[in-house]
Amino acid sequence: MKTALELLNQQAQIRPDRPMFTDETETLTFSDVAARSDRLGSALVRRGASREPVLVFMKRSGAMIAAFFGVWKANCFYVPVDAEMGEARIRSILDRVRPRFAITDDSANTLLSACGFTGDALDAESLLKEPVDPAALETAAKSLLDSDPAYLVFTSGSTGAPKGVVGVHRAVLDYADQITKTLRADETDVFGMQAPLYVDACLKEILSALKCGSGVVLVPKRLFMTPVPLVEFLNAHRITALCWVVPALTLISALHTFDAVVPAFLRTVAFGSEVMPPKQLRIWREHVNARYLNLYGPTECTGMSCFYEVDRDFPDGARIPIGHAFDNTEIFLIDENGKRASEGEIYIRGTAVCHGYYRDPERTKAAFVQNPLNSDYPETLYRTGDLGRINERGELEFLGRRDDQIKHMGHRIELGELEAAARTVDGVNAACAVFDREKSLLGLVYTGAAERSALLLALRAKLPEYLLPKRTAQVKSLPLTENGKTDRKAATLLLYR
Amino acid sequence: MEQLLDILRDLHPETDFETETRLVDGGILASFDIVMLITRIEEAFDVVIPAKDIVPEHFNSAKALYALITKIAEQDD
Repeated sequence: MKTALELLNQQAQIRPDRPMFTDETETLTFSDVAARSDRLGSALVRRGASREPVLVFMKRSGAMIAAFFGVWKANCFYVPVDAEMGEARIRSILDRVRPRFAITDDSANTLLSACGFTGDALDAESLLKEPVDPAALETAAKSLLDSDPAYLVFTSGSTGAPKGVVGVHRAVLDYADQITKTLRADETDVFGMQAPLYVDACLKEILSALKCGSGVVLVPKRLFMTPVPLVEFLNAHRITALCWVVPALTLISALHTFDAVVPAFLRTVAFGSEVMPPKQLRIWREHVNARYLNLYGPTECTGMSCFYEVDRDFPDGARIPIGHAFDNTEIFLIDENGKRASEGEIYIRGTAVCHGYYRDPERTKAAFVQNPLNSDYPETLYRTGDLGRINERGELEFLGRRDDQIKHMGHRIELGELEAAARTVDGVNAACAVFDREKSLLGLVYTGAAERSALLLALRAKLPEYLLPKRTAQVKSLPLTENGKTDRKAATLLLYR
Repeated sequence: MEQLLDILRDLHPETDFETETRLVDGGILASFDIVMLITRIEEAFDVVIPAKDIVPEHFNSAKALYALITKIAEQDD
């Protein structure tokens, strides 16, 4: 098997009428999705698309995921974009990728041209009216290799320019095996998907559908403000499995939701992307009898790389382990002397490691490095920048970052990206972004004449919501360390003056 | 009311909370803002906001939110 498309074709044969994706407007069955992707793939081939990035900019929906598969069928790789990423992020993606084609819907066209897109914007609905070209699809499928790119997903970059992670088909297939084994997904599962479609996090649900025939219901984003209607939604759709970022789960547990309503059908609750507070996990486990899984993995290694199944209670302040690597993935720790150790930087090797960053040799070279334990032949692995340790039970624990990257509201953030955006605002001279871990609060300290409200309005237009500072401080000059660098620790204190 | 406005302005200084009536529906309050907001309200006003009351009609304006807090505080007394 070369790509996950073969899984789609199999499922469409086995269970054509089973709902695959349900969103607020429609339900698409496995055969609907296969048929849509055939039409979109044929339409792309007809326009000459081949082995190139195709932007998919649509409302978060089953139709958007079907478009991903359509891009694969044309032997191209998809670049998912969503309005909530903000104009600055979308612009820098367009600058880096310069795609010739975009698949869009009504929600996207205005913003896309405002962001300077000059290629062909193809309306998904119109493309679906075009006929399938089986011969063209067969040719495209034959020329596709399992080492070809499957997608470009962008993550925050420290200089302001996001990095385009090049996901690979064979890594996606491998991930389909590992994640479904870990989640024990099957055809009776219905996933309630929280993840946006422009991050690799959404692969957990998509691959469970492709590999096991599970159904996926896209939970509307607005429900993540109202915990009781959110849980009622899960019950109405008989959701059995969740793979959510930590803040989405704690939204429910921290706001006394279980006093009013309890999820009735859940069997699997997986979380990741941030540290789960033991108190919140305890509230969940007291009210909902399910398997709880702590997942960990960087986008550069295709979704998640390791997991821990919760098998004991953790006191407040304890670290919940991230456990053990998936099958066919190895994780080890390297200390400051470049030697394998029980505490150090997390390195990951295996098929899961992606091809690097798109059109970005420098940053690729810094993170995708020769295995420091192998001097015999070339072997590239991913250096995460995360620190870990092996605990007394032999489980891996996540300790934090080596640099200024943080995890906030389920997203990976480089403080440099917020600073770079702030410096482009009129009236801002210098800016220092800070993160108060205790309060989980992102802040910005700046110099210049810009008013706080004007600055925030300007940032709101440029950045995704999760990159917006929750507190700002206007100062005469930024605090510096002895080496003359901006002193983030001192700047954090200025936020609360 | 002033105390509530301070909490809200602290989250989103760019918003005019005295007039805005679409805090939730207009997407001004972000997805996970709500936990921080409620935690701060519960601390400041010494109330517990029941989960069933966390719905858009109570959170779309500072006025509606203040009415909710007052109602809960009165029931507690």
